[in-house]
Amino acid sequence: MQEQRPSARFRPSDLVDFAIVGSGAAGGIIAKELSTAGFTVVVLEQGPRLTETAFDHDEFGTFMRNKHANDPATQPQTFRASPAEKAVPQLALIYGRLVGGSNAHFTANVWRLRPLDFNEASVHGPIEGTGFTDWPITYDDLEPYYTKVDWEIGVSGVPGPFDARRSKPYPMPPLPVKSSGVLMDRAAQKLGLHSQPAPMAINSQYYNGRPACQHCGFCLFFMCEFRSKSTAMATMLPVAEATGRCEIRPDSYVARVEVGRDGRATGVSYFDAQKRMQMQRAKAVVVCANGGETPRLLLNSATPRFPNGLANSSGVVGKHLMFNTYFGANAQFEHPLNEYKSVQNTRIVLDFYDTDPKLGFYGGGGIDARFGKYPITFALGGLPPGSPSWGEGYARALAEQYSRSMFFGTHGTSLPVPTNSVSLDPSLKDAWGLSAARVTYKDHPDDLKNAAFLRSKAMELAEAAGASKAWPEPIAAQTNSVHLLGTCRMGNDPGTSVVDKFNRAHDVKNLFICDGSSMVSSSRGQPTMTIMALAFRAGENIASFAKRGDI
Amino acid sequence: MNDLHNRRAFLRAAVAAGAGWAAADLVQVEDALAWAGQQAAAHGAGAPPTAAGALTKAQADVVEAMVSRIIPSVDGRPGAREAGAVHFVDRALATFNAPQKKLYTDGIADLNRRASARSSAAGFVALSPAQQDDVLREVEQTPFFQAARFDAIVGTFALPTYGGNRDFTGWHMLGFDHQPRFQAPFGYYDADANRRG
Repeated sequence: MQEQRPSARFRPSDLVDFAIVGSGAAGGIIAKELSTAGFTVVVLEQGPRLTETAFDHDEFGTFMRNKHANDPATQPQTFRASPAEKAVPQLALIYGRLVGGSNAHFTANVWRLRPLDFNEASVHGPIEGTGFTDWPITYDDLEPYYTKVDWEIGVSGVPGPFDARRSKPYPMPPLPVKSSGVLMDRAAQKLGLHSQPAPMAINSQYYNGRPACQHCGFCLFFMCEFRSKSTAMATMLPVAEATGRCEIRPDSYVARVEVGRDGRATGVSYFDAQKRMQMQRAKAVVVCANGGETPRLLLNSATPRFPNGLANSSGVVGKHLMFNTYFGANAQFEHPLNEYKSVQNTRIVLDFYDTDPKLGFYGGGGIDARFGKYPITFALGGLPPGSPSWGEGYARALAEQYSRSMFFGTHGTSLPVPTNSVSLDPSLKDAWGLSAARVTYKDHPDDLKNAAFLRSKAMELAEAAGASKAWPEPIAAQTNSVHLLGTCRMGNDPGTSVVDKFNRAHDVKNLFICDGSSMVSSSRGQPTMTIMALAFRAGENIASFAKRGDI
Repeated sequence: MNDLHNRRAFLRAAVAAGAGWAAADLVQVEDALAWAGQQAAAHGAGAPPTAAGALTKAQADVVEAMVSRIIPSVDGRPGAREAGAVHFVDRALATFNAPQKKLYTDGIADLNRRASARSSAAGFVALSPAQQDDVLREVEQTPFFQAARFDAIVGTFALPTYGGNRDFTGWHMLGFDHQPRFQAPFGYYDADANRRG
């Protein structure tokens, strides 16, 4: 599995066409688009480059020791619920820190947005205290790029009853249904709802040189040693490197985007593996560092010309942070489901994508049938409230219920609240001396009402499925997330957005920004498909701008 | 994971039997399975005894007695003692969990004091399981007990490379069958759907 791939090597002093910061869902796709279009590219990734032999099933290391994620011991963050509070050290923005980024360990849910997501603010009307607004693009603008994700990245699925128009079918049939999916089907039918196969970026059959899923069960927060999970790491980076024009440079932690006297980006300064500062020269810079690190990098790149941070004349860099909501209903059944096998989700219910305005709050979401708990997580919190937490009753319940448990997970909207934000902590520095991210976040009241509504539907599904016991996950204020969205939003007005509809920074002509930060609204809790489609669209447009010298 | 070679043989047989989906990626899948098998064999070997750890033998004995009441062996299934969770605790206290060492040594001494107050037996280890449960109920709200509960869980269910879950004992207890590859049907409720294809 460690075949030697051809790869370009550049010196930092070489003037390359593009420096891309981040190698995840967006960075990987843009690297492939630009290098196959003939441009030289260096991708700088702060984390290490790991091969499949480093992809293990280590729940403790992965979830509790930050083995492949950002580690607060070296990259601390602070958190507060509101700007009036003093932020205290706490990990709030969680992401994959390795070549491949968070996309390498994502669960592989790939839901397209619908036309409504792009103009929902106009349809719904403004919401007090939020920056709720329409996107500068429509579903039709993005549809060809969703199709590129389906076919170039690799998605298994079948159209559902409410899906938006698609220009091509799915390239692969759905994955085999799990017991949780069958129970979801039964429950939905009973309730008059619609259960559909979950679209997954996981191969259901041999596809584009990668094997079919082996159903080992380690998708959620794990990398796939079979390369059956369709990530940018498994699909795009090899293509980019094979051009001979793209170098993936791991262990390269970008500290600043450098800007010349003319206000144009000149490259990026980064710490190499030995913590030596280097500068990679580039004709243009693309920042794809995720919705937490991208605004932090721009704010850390302030200069006398850009005193509030680079590309921040609008003042909205870092603002409108959206986490999505994730709550749901736990359920136990009479017979074994063995949900520890295979992919997380095989069925979803999207009947509540757009909630009835008469309910009195904005929102919507989807419900999936999953397990979501590896052994330690299950033992820590997988039993119903009131269960023994130690002793013989506890041991017996663990042994009886591990194979009989599942979770009806709900994925909901978050409104873009201006004070929910990533800013620079005034005093805390990371191990490289860079200002730490300070996160301010308080769910909008509508977000929590929507989450409670979705959770009530998840409970109804659990009961209709015939659960021997079902109980709701408590809804509480969110203080951390792996969905990092909205912090450099796209828009037509340079006064209220950071990038234009082609992901070009309004303020810096040769600076592009594309990742979860670009999103104007939050999606129904599954943003990766849209991040990837935006990256295909941005990559194609950046290449054409560069070809005609408009950069 | 000792049946790696059997699975490779199975894959070959599946291809021979006409499972075309497997043919194209057989080499890659075999590579990954081989890796998973090696890794599992190495992990399953478990931990060396507590000698290199942070606790004395007497302290480790108390911790072992304690974690084996937190996740006891019931209904013929193994528990934290059989999984060797104490090895995880000891190794963790000697390394990344060193800041909790005093919490543990004080907590262990407290358990022994409470045991002596309750019977003439020599410390917590000498109490009957029912008496040990009585003592643990007295302290179950303490930070020490909560730390030990967390560690009993991790020591029973984390990869054996961390010192516990010897030979995947903890996973067997849960009915968690750790294999690099499964095929549908996966559980009771999808059996019909997957048989129908």
